Amino acid sequence: MHGRVWKFGDGISTDDIIPGRYFHLRGKLPELAKHVLEDVNPDFSVKVEKGDFVVAGSNFGQGSSREHAATTIRLMGVSAVLAKSFARIFYRNAVNVGLPVIMCNTDLIENGDELEIDLNGGMINNLSKKKKLKTKAIPRFMLRILEDGGLLRHIKKYGKFQMK
Amino acid sequence: MIVTKIDYVAAHDGSGPLAIRLLKEMDFTRVWSPRKTLFFLDHAAPASRKELANEHKLIREFCRTSGAQFSDVGEGIIHQELVEKYVSPGNVIIGGDSHTCTSGALGAFATGVGSTDVSIAIVLGKTWLRVPETYKIVINGKFDDGVYPKDMILHIIGKLGADGAIYKSLEFTGENVKTMTMDSRFTLTNMAVETGAKAGLIESDEITEHYLRSMGRGKFCNDIKADVDAQYAQTFEFDASNLPPIVSLPHSVDNTKTIEEAEGIEVDQVFVGTCTNGRIEDLRIVARILKNRKVHPKVRLIVIPASRRIYLEALKEGIIETIVDSRGVVLSPGCGPCAGVHQGILGEGEVCVSTQNRNFKGRMGNPDAEIYLTSPATAAATALTGELSDPRDVI
Repeated sequence: MHGRVWKFGDGISTDDIIPGRYFHLRGKLPELAKHVLEDVNPDFSVKVEKGDFVVAGSNFGQGSSREHAATTIRLMGVSAVLAKSFARIFYRNAVNVGLPVIMCNTDLIENGDELEIDLNGGMINNLSKKKKLKTKAIPRFMLRILEDGGLLRHIKKYGKFQMK
Repeated sequence: MIVTKIDYVAAHDGSGPLAIRLLKEMDFTRVWSPRKTLFFLDHAAPASRKELANEHKLIREFCRTSGAQFSDVGEGIIHQELVEKYVSPGNVIIGGDSHTCTSGALGAFATGVGSTDVSIAIVLGKTWLRVPETYKIVINGKFDDGVYPKDMILHIIGKLGADGAIYKSLEFTGENVKTMTMDSRFTLTNMAVETGAKAGLIESDEITEHYLRSMGRGKFCNDIKADVDAQYAQTFEFDASNLPPIVSLPHSVDNTKTIEEAEGIEVDQVFVGTCTNGRIEDLRIVARILKNRKVHPKVRLIVIPASRRIYLEALKEGIIETIVDSRGVVLSPGCGPCAGVHQGILGEGEVCVSTQNRNFKGRMGNPDAEIYLTSPATAAATALTGELSDPRDVI
């Protein structure tokens, strides 16, 4: 994975990612995605490019269980979300919809940095800063769901949860 | 990491339509157990616009063809409906809503998930979970008059922080919790997720049994207790005595202050309701404060009972009459303005005092508005004066 960084702060809530006032667009995900994170950074949904990374502080995705938050970030072409910590429902939603989520120290990553990430090796290469960073390993079961393209495809493929 | 069987899978008009669409897209036609697959209309119920009416239609049709359980507009909020009609101690429940943890007050493991998890649970009756470590939250002492479990849970969230218990479960215990009503216990477990926790749990006891009996489900009261030798990741102790009313300031639930520190802030709207504080006990407190008084002319007071059952109880007790007589507005059971969809969206720069569980920027439909979280008593006292007020002065 290779792309530019969009940096956000701590405690980004699902109301920040997909505000409740767009509730009526939940049935039209590409329409809904046009508003992703707009209250925090109005440029994001307009200028984000395929492959870019969302990088944040702690407790990313806190609040509501709306899976639309993870789905719309993925629909905008974001290749992974990096944060110091994730709210647990956002974390599992992201895995379930096939959006990689990486826990690491994001303090040294700045807005606009160019990153190269090897998910399996657990390594982030910050090309702008010429620095390498180890990430917390993604558990094997979750990695498999991501590789299968999300939980639905995983279940379609195996007919059950393939834990081993 | 485990894969576990579940007892119920639940979703509402916010999470359900996506789950149903995913099932159709992926051509999953099997429904594991229609009796245990539950759909509720509460977020935008009755529908406020055609797009949402179509989402409701999708849910209605799915329930009709699959035989899944369906709860129509005005029946109540998913979490209140779950505890009144379905959940028993020892159950495992997943729900497409973060406040699914409310059911934990009945000694059940209940946690919030997204639409994909809901759809897979509908097909398989199973879900994947990481078994969480537990924080023991011990509450001792007695509340002063005018101070309630809502003040305590806000205080606890202030101390633990909004990410203080990510991936953990909270077990509430202590002499205060052991004598607490079920309505109050639901307020505690409802807000467990506001610390990042996966579940909020309370042991089942005589109070649980009495509650289930009053709901016509007394025979389902299994005895669920913590193991005597249970290991806790950490223990936190709180004292209810001398706790003042607590307020969460914008825009974060853990931004807590005492009422003394927050008093006097001018308010445009007061909202009493939601899965946190829309129960009969809450409405009784509000009516007690409003009785023979009028809501301040510059304030609008919106009250929404959490379920039809509660609404009927409130009608019989004269609570609804008291609220309407005091110039309050009573709306049909559902989430109301809490999810930012309808029934009390805030204007630019407006301030709302609410008994709900979240005050994130934009939560009530406008990122340029401010939300203060309080107990029903503080909300009612505020409705009378038009500024954040100490309920101990009017009770």
